[in-house]
Amino acid sequence: MDAFISLIDGFAVLSDPMNIVYMFVGIILGVLIGVLPGLGGANGVAILLPLTFSMSPTSAIIMLSSIYWGALFGGAITSVLFNIPGEPWSVATTFDGHPMAQQGRAGEALTTAFTGSFIGAFVAVLVLTFLAPIIANFALRFGPAEFFAVYLLTFCSFVGMGRESPFKVLAAMMLGFSLAAVGIDSVTGQLRLTFGSVELLRGFDFLIAVIGLFGIGEILLTMEEGLAFRGKSASINMKIVLETWKKLPKFWLTALRGSLVGCWLGITPGGATPASFMSYGLAKRFSRNGARFGKGEMEGVFAPETAAHAAGTSALLPMLTLGIPGSPTAAVLLGGLLIWGLQPGPLLFVEQKDFVWGLIASIYLGNVAGLIVVLTTVPLFAAILRIPFSIIAPIIIVICAIGAYTVHNALMDISVMLIFGVLGYVFKKLSYPLAPLVLALVLGDMAESSFRQAMLSSQGDLSIFWDNALVGTLVALSMIMLFWPLIALGLNAFRNRPPGRASETL
Amino acid sequence: MKWEIERSILHGVAVAAMVAVGSSFVPGTAQAWEPTKTVEFIVPAGTGGGADQMARMLQGVIQKNKLMSQPLVVINKSGGAGAEGFLDVKNSKGNPHKIIITLSNLFTTPLATGVPFSWEDMTPVAMLALDEFVLWVNASSDYKTAADYVNAIKAGNDNEFKMGGTGSKQEDQIITAALEQTTGKKLTYIPFKGGGDVAAQLVGNHINSSVNNPIEGVSHYRAGALRPLCVFDSQPMPYKDELVNGESWSSIPTCKQAGLDVEYLMLRGIFMPPGVTDEQVAYYVDVFKKVRETQEWKDFMNKGAFNTTFMTGDEFKSWLAKAAETHKDLMTKAGFLAK
Repeated sequence: MDAFISLIDGFAVLSDPMNIVYMFVGIILGVLIGVLPGLGGANGVAILLPLTFSMSPTSAIIMLSSIYWGALFGGAITSVLFNIPGEPWSVATTFDGHPMAQQGRAGEALTTAFTGSFIGAFVAVLVLTFLAPIIANFALRFGPAEFFAVYLLTFCSFVGMGRESPFKVLAAMMLGFSLAAVGIDSVTGQLRLTFGSVELLRGFDFLIAVIGLFGIGEILLTMEEGLAFRGKSASINMKIVLETWKKLPKFWLTALRGSLVGCWLGITPGGATPASFMSYGLAKRFSRNGARFGKGEMEGVFAPETAAHAAGTSALLPMLTLGIPGSPTAAVLLGGLLIWGLQPGPLLFVEQKDFVWGLIASIYLGNVAGLIVVLTTVPLFAAILRIPFSIIAPIIIVICAIGAYTVHNALMDISVMLIFGVLGYVFKKLSYPLAPLVLALVLGDMAESSFRQAMLSSQGDLSIFWDNALVGTLVALSMIMLFWPLIALGLNAFRNRPPGRASETL
Repeated sequence: MKWEIERSILHGVAVAAMVAVGSSFVPGTAQAWEPTKTVEFIVPAGTGGGADQMARMLQGVIQKNKLMSQPLVVINKSGGAGAEGFLDVKNSKGNPHKIIITLSNLFTTPLATGVPFSWEDMTPVAMLALDEFVLWVNASSDYKTAADYVNAIKAGNDNEFKMGGTGSKQEDQIITAALEQTTGKKLTYIPFKGGGDVAAQLVGNHINSSVNNPIEGVSHYRAGALRPLCVFDSQPMPYKDELVNGESWSSIPTCKQAGLDVEYLMLRGIFMPPGVTDEQVAYYVDVFKKVRETQEWKDFMNKGAFNTTFMTGDEFKSWLAKAAETHKDLMTKAGFLAK
């Protein structure tokens, strides 16, 4: 009940009309930032951080966190329309979102994505409001071994379920791991695979790789197939939103699962990107339509978006209560708190009530505002597909190049992006899957360092991975996920065998 | 090749700027140098870390108080433990529109990775502050003083105690190595991504101790989860504001007083590319002197319990030479040099 009263106070903070203005400005900027690949939420917030210096901390965080919500929403737009993930956590959205757009269902895909985002955020903010004190300390139970188990679970829930041959999956994944290894090794502080080149010091950034692999690769494919977007006949009116909403309730289980996975990974903090992959993997495995995933299933858009937004929102909890950022954007916001003179940590909820509850109230309002802003733009964005390919393709390439440059302010990254583009094209032609490569690239680094931290901590003893109930459960779940196809096969064989006639089937 | 192109562009800009300045120049009035275009503020670390926070804080203060006539833009170049940023400055010879903020990787990265740069490849502008390091343990542990902890390490086995820190072969691990040299026992050093993560790992009892900066540990300290044992400085911190139970930063003893003869402070300094003029350096020194006078900066220093020593010119250079020597010495002893 206390939480409820505090929340009402929080809404009172928002009654200052300037705060509402900042919120809308933030959302619109955020959507733009989310749409531009490369210019992620973290960069966007970092650039605007010094501008907020003369605002009150509450107004400042409302504006900056609204940019974050906007970016979470906006990331889905280019994923669906052009197969270019605007943000790392919208990679999984491309798997089914883009095929939907190609079938002329762009409006439907966008509505699904935005609604999913909103539901995820809403569940997460409810958790923030009512359970914050109880679950804040959950993150403290996560040491290196537990983090590794989380990444392992993400891998295991994702691999072994594609249609491609397992060897191709393995090859793509290994390529991803080796690309992830380039640059400084965080455990020994040594350079790896840089061959004395200054440009390779940065390693291969995940964002640049996905812009190339998905965006440029897709454009190359489209060029080959006749210089036109498929699915340009997309209907472009607001009715599509309502029609999509009618279809969504039957996916309630997917939404619930996505939200829970997202909240868990946000609070841990594992991040929105693993959450989106894990949620997609789980949805594919447990959905009745699982086999059709990847060909334009609504559920395949709904699952990752719910999880990504839930994770992005709940990542604020460990940031506020423990000072550990759950995402790159949260890391920048954390810096902002310190600059405004607020000390994140266990006492923030006690000493800075106005600030904390103002922020939480703004998450509610910000997401409603965000949903309204993005839904009204659905017809607009879907109409982009009607622009002739010969006009829009060069613009996309320019935007991709700018995006790739923005990540590190490095000219070399544009060439890297183009190389990845060719690689993406070759992968598609030879029907190698891209997803395992991308997953390995984004999680390889994190999984490797938490594995080695765990090994350091246990002096090389592997038993640290079933040392306590938490890590043991996570590892066991991973193994079940990894061998699920075999387990499912076994279960089916067992079920289909009519009693008493088993010997005949053998 | 790329550098040459950029340099020729820069040259062109410089000529254009000179023409512009020349035409508006009023004869007879001696004008000091001022930037003529946007100044890049390089951070040789990722977004969200301590150096990034300070850079964006500086950008905010300068912007708000209009201390510079041209905009200042923060750019992160974190590749290769910051080597990317330092190499960028080293290779921008004579460019007065680029400054860089340093952390200890100015000294440690070239030694640990072998990437060729040193502080002498750049023009030192000013020391803004020094970051303090505090030895922390979990508040539920039995170690009430640094001596308790040191004795426990000495009495235990090699690698029994786990020290968490940020990065590898950087400041945190150097302090750990110094601790090892003093106690004669090996510690298990576990590198994490950021200071906040390290503090949370300590609160969660996944490690035994950390050497977090004051600002990274203060909230857990005040919430009764962490206990500071000593500060790695020659004298206690001057900040007397009460934090918790009548304790303040100034009540934490130095490690030397506690029988642990280790001192370490991290430079937060500003450098420019090589080959800039004294006038250009003087401009930035003046800007940062004004920054130090602002209330925002003083509050920031207070919150983070920074050591606010300010140095420029020869004094700063001799400090740098000495610090470089200390790092080389510590890292050689610890076996951290690149092979």
